Amino acid sequence: MELLFAILIGTAFGFILQKAGAANPQRIIDMLRLKDFHLMKAIFLGIGSSSLLLFALLALGWVDSSHVSVKTAYSGVILGGAIMGIGWAVSGFCPGTGLVAAGARRKDALFFTLGGLAGALLFTLIYGSIKSSALFEKIGEGKITLAETGIESYTALLPSVPGVAVAGGIGIVFILIAWKLPKGSPSE
Amino acid sequence: MKNLLYQKQWNWKVSGIALGIAFLLAVVCVKPIGVSTQFVIFDGVIWDLFSPGLVVDDAEASTGYSSTNPYLNKSGGKYAKSVAKPLNYSFVFALAMVAGGFLASRLQTTRLGKKELAAPKVWRNKFGDSSVKRYIVVFVGGVLALFGSRLAGGCTSGHMMSGMMQTSISGYLFAMGAFACAVPTAIIMYKRGE
Repeated sequence: MELLFAILIGTAFGFILQKAGAANPQRIIDMLRLKDFHLMKAIFLGIGSSSLLLFALLALGWVDSSHVSVKTAYSGVILGGAIMGIGWAVSGFCPGTGLVAAGARRKDALFFTLGGLAGALLFTLIYGSIKSSALFEKIGEGKITLAETGIESYTALLPSVPGVAVAGGIGIVFILIAWKLPKGSPSE
Repeated sequence: MKNLLYQKQWNWKVSGIALGIAFLLAVVCVKPIGVSTQFVIFDGVIWDLFSPGLVVDDAEASTGYSSTNPYLNKSGGKYAKSVAKPLNYSFVFALAMVAGGFLASRLQTTRLGKKELAAPKVWRNKFGDSSVKRYIVVFVGGVLALFGSRLAGGCTSGHMMSGMMQTSISGYLFAMGAFACAVPTAIIMYKRGE
């Protein structure tokens, strides 16, 4: 059953990224050099609406809360994000959209994916020597959210407000940003 | 509806809502979407072909697998297990994304030219038509993107989209780090013009 979901949702997700223009390096680079906000608007709308709905479904008990999976915060998240950001801006691909673009027969995406495999291997090889460094010291409780998920292993920063209100509020702000951001001047 | 299948590109509203549905559906059905780990799993599968002792059955590990490599052995051999059994949800999901990209591009009525498939216009305007130059730089970009993502423990999909959807602090931190570096890099490298 899980594999069937993987095939269905994975294919749909790849299809959507391609149709949204996220797998087009021109659109990514134009977003990052602040020329074209099409993708930025789509991302804000996507995160805002899914967050609002997710916490509503959690509050109603319609989502198995064991499906929620919050990642640990540590300083390596910021540094890693920064390194990822450079690779993203230089190439116009991120790990997921590189795969999608390779599927859409972009030759440069194939080289991005090969580089990605090399970068992932490099990290796999050096992890043992950096794992005890300060990079991996967790920030606060580690698995922290703003909104209360109702799950014990996660710490909410705003525990006394219902999760759906916090996530819903942020979600609505994100949707408003999506609406208000100018479109920019896309080159295609 | 038919139009949506054949259009080269959706507008931002359709794109955003479709992305939101995909991220939500993934959590409702199984778990949040994440991609960058699968690069490690693929590496592990290949590596294990050449040195078969890399991943072994281990009754004492909480997942039943362990590895001589500390990264694959992390969290009770979580990645070691995925390397031993690559037909798992997350790995198949990443492969299916490739198929989704292929499908969308096949259905598209406007086809991209050979030049465009090697480098986007913004690149060609700045650095010329040499594909080799583009491939080398994109390869290096891939190294940085995946090295950074693994250091961060996730990428744009896992941290930025799935993470921020769950309002997790790690997601906001990742997005901050990524945009703080990506925007200046893109502006310096490609300038603001055409």
